[in-house]
Amino acid sequence: MGRGSAKATATPPTTTTVDEGIEGKKKNSFNLKSFSEHTVEVVSDSGEGAQKCSQIFGAVSAKMGNGVWTVEIIPAEIQPPPRTPTSASGNRIRLGVNEVTNWGDEADLVVAFNEQVLLSRHRLNALSENAVILIESMWETHDDEKIRDEWALAMEEMGGRAYKFVRVPMEEQCLTLVDNPRRGKNMFALGLLAWIYDRDVDRITNQIAQQFKKKSEEVYQRNVDLLKLGMKWAEENLDFRFDVKPTPTDVPKVVMNGNQALGMGAIASGMEMCAMYPITPATSVSHYLSDVFERFGGMVHQAEDEIAAIGVAIGASYSGKVAFTVTSGPGLALKTEFIGLAIMTETPLVIVDVQRGGPSTGLPTKVEQSDLLAALYAQPGDAPRVVIAPSTIEECFHSMITARRIAEAFRCVVIVLTDANLATGVQPFTRPELDPRWQSSPPDLSAVPEGQRPYEWDPNTGLSRRIIPGQPDGMFTATGLAHDEASKVAYDPESNERGSLMRSRKMAVLQQTLKPPKVFGEETGDLLLVGWGSTRGAIEEAVARMQKAGHKISSLHLTFMSPMEPNLKEIFGGFKKVMTVEINYSDPVDARFITEENRRRGQLSWLLRAHTLVDVDCWTRVPGQPLRPSQIVQAATEAMPVSKKKEKKS
Amino acid sequence: MSCSLLSCGVEDDRVFEMEDYSGPVARWCPGCGDHAVLTSAEKLLEAKQLKPEQTMFVSGIGCSSRFPHYINTYGFHGIHGRALPVATGIKLHRPELNVFVVMGDGDCCSIGAGHWIHATRYNMNMVVLLLDNEIYGLTKMQTSPTTPQGYPSNTQPRGSFLPPLNPLEATLGVTNVSFVAQTADWVPAHLYATLDAAFEHPGFSFVRVLQRCPQYTAPLFEQAVRNPDLTELLVHDSGIVVPELAPIYKKSRSHDPSNLDMARQLAKPDELVRLGLFYKNSELPRYEETRHVSSHTAQQKIALLNEEFDRYAV
Repeated sequence: MGRGSAKATATPPTTTTVDEGIEGKKKNSFNLKSFSEHTVEVVSDSGEGAQKCSQIFGAVSAKMGNGVWTVEIIPAEIQPPPRTPTSASGNRIRLGVNEVTNWGDEADLVVAFNEQVLLSRHRLNALSENAVILIESMWETHDDEKIRDEWALAMEEMGGRAYKFVRVPMEEQCLTLVDNPRRGKNMFALGLLAWIYDRDVDRITNQIAQQFKKKSEEVYQRNVDLLKLGMKWAEENLDFRFDVKPTPTDVPKVVMNGNQALGMGAIASGMEMCAMYPITPATSVSHYLSDVFERFGGMVHQAEDEIAAIGVAIGASYSGKVAFTVTSGPGLALKTEFIGLAIMTETPLVIVDVQRGGPSTGLPTKVEQSDLLAALYAQPGDAPRVVIAPSTIEECFHSMITARRIAEAFRCVVIVLTDANLATGVQPFTRPELDPRWQSSPPDLSAVPEGQRPYEWDPNTGLSRRIIPGQPDGMFTATGLAHDEASKVAYDPESNERGSLMRSRKMAVLQQTLKPPKVFGEETGDLLLVGWGSTRGAIEEAVARMQKAGHKISSLHLTFMSPMEPNLKEIFGGFKKVMTVEINYSDPVDARFITEENRRRGQLSWLLRAHTLVDVDCWTRVPGQPLRPSQIVQAATEAMPVSKKKEKKS
Repeated sequence: MSCSLLSCGVEDDRVFEMEDYSGPVARWCPGCGDHAVLTSAEKLLEAKQLKPEQTMFVSGIGCSSRFPHYINTYGFHGIHGRALPVATGIKLHRPELNVFVVMGDGDCCSIGAGHWIHATRYNMNMVVLLLDNEIYGLTKMQTSPTTPQGYPSNTQPRGSFLPPLNPLEATLGVTNVSFVAQTADWVPAHLYATLDAAFEHPGFSFVRVLQRCPQYTAPLFEQAVRNPDLTELLVHDSGIVVPELAPIYKKSRSHDPSNLDMARQLAKPDELVRLGLFYKNSELPRYEETRHVSSHTAQQKIALLNEEFDRYAV
């Protein structure tokens, strides 16, 4: 955790579009344009395989040495009705010459399997003004008049933009090789991208082999043939190619999504029990672990419900190595009572909350940062716990190791807050050098020395040594009732005060070990943006752009949400204004009925105001999408204290 | 799992007396059936010479769930209705421990009913005691799922609205059920023999203990306690047989506990209180065995994880 925050500057903050590209030398009959970064989207109806296509494209680009950030475009249903804007499924892949830390602003190139899914991206303003759009042409001349009309209407709706459409007879081409183009168009599309961006074909076929060889040699070969068909078609028909130069490096890197990183982090931490109940977007952590965990001596227990899942994790943890459970907001709500029990019994426990949009069922597949206060406080009674929020895929990996260590050392609950953006985002990162000390040591089952009690709190730190079943002479009953050091039920005022104090004191002790967070940019200035979790890349990219434009702006990204990292008040003191940037709800300042007094604020800003007594403002949105750097630039520009003064003067 | 790397037991020649298992004086009401179960459990632990440190009592919330506090083993007194998930986690992680679960009727059959069904299906090797006094006691007399229809309480003062849920039928209806018995706190010999059979059964041994709550359900079992003829003992060579009860409990029925259909018939509500083993099947899969994984050292894991990272290498 807590890696340096200078990464995002690596991505040049220029908005390049097809037209602004640097003219390259002409090869054959195409025009090669170079970019420092480019954003590609592949969208199809759900089930047509756009995701597989773009995942392979992203992975291969990463392996070639490009900076990559991939996010999913997913409908909430498995097979929604085809050819509808809500059925759009696919990925956005942002490629860079250097490291890419977020999904960027607008797509520069799109491969669309029909005009309806394209329309959904258009309506979300996801495409740049003059995006290149490779679109399946069959619908324009389809036998069905209704489809032709839909095409015409969609084109009309998108007519206001300078999109450059390239009609591609995907189906017609695929039919020369396969009977069912629905299963294969995606590889043809991959071929188009491979040619346009000059991707390494061997790496692609290797990747295809990884995906399909399990099925059969025949399936693999068919996919490779379709890939090559797409490349051939592109070579013969396209008059442009794009160049986003890879930067090969000697530093070994790995590429994966945040949920896989969490799973691997769990393994590296030595935890051996993941008890869970399926919930989007957290479940893929357990998909990954279910596949591999047993090889590591671990297990995924799919419990009968969210409550049982945490109960099993607590039982396992209480009786040996620290265990964990993985969930999302609604599941976290159900686990609340058990979280209190773990805190009261001081049973170490790691809980991963991959946040989605809420409240209630909300936006199951989409990103939000609305569980922060719930993670900290959704508990009857005083129940202090640790909450950490990784901000990159790499930190997802390391946060599990940190979480396990803290849970064990402090006999406490650690909640790891990620979100749908990190869960499905794919990004290369430096391959970790694994350390056996990251793992928990085998439980100590030696006899308990005479007189040692199960909660023998150090009066200064609140820390005590855990006793687990199997240790002779250590028998006691862990209880959720108020208890004394011997774990005897105790209702007297003194015992309850003392237990509360000791459980709380641990948080203070942990806080004393934390380092102050590093400011991204100058330590003094006009505006400090404060963020947490997956928004780091977008915030820092926005701040870097504004710094370049001469603004005195910096940002601060927090990893520990409870206890909070030190020196926040001092850091805030260096700036005229402090504003959080978050993906959660806050009342717009200028709305009717909204006053300074009744305004409901972003969750981190609530915390920081209470924590520092600094008048921390907030800019938050709940679009169900990651924030775009350009949005943040706009918000920050409007929030600059200097520009406000100017407004007043004028 | 981790702990099989270690020698969990200590080499010893300790002999345990009943007092070795005794905890602090139980704070249940005088005449409460929980006392009898506690005594029987201590007796069982002594008879089996279970090491106190290798034995766990897990409970939920309610009068009966105070049980672990009163016995000198490891105990986990959790939250209402959730004893079974905690016990599941313990048994999965530490299959060598002797796990006992103690629940009340509100705990097991109401707030924790979902876990009850699934734990029955997991069929993990543990003794599961449903201390069924047919009322909520600790919260002061509210209707429970097993309260007889018409019996008044503070929440249904004109009598319980619905026919009671029958825990035996419900458990016997669950896939992979492997052991269902019923006993009563006022027949200590039978209670003990039932606990013994439950402990010896390799699987999820579900025992419903009918028990009196002198405060709130005193009348419910009065007749059965006074008149042995209202009780029918289920007996069989492979069931629970307590010869010394024969002179008192004259009604008995031979029931082969491998016969699930008959078990379900006998579990239906009847004027007679049936005590004994309804069903037993030792051949069914046990989840902790199905899920057994061999343990790895830290170094082994690192080697494997490096291979895993190779798959994701750029």
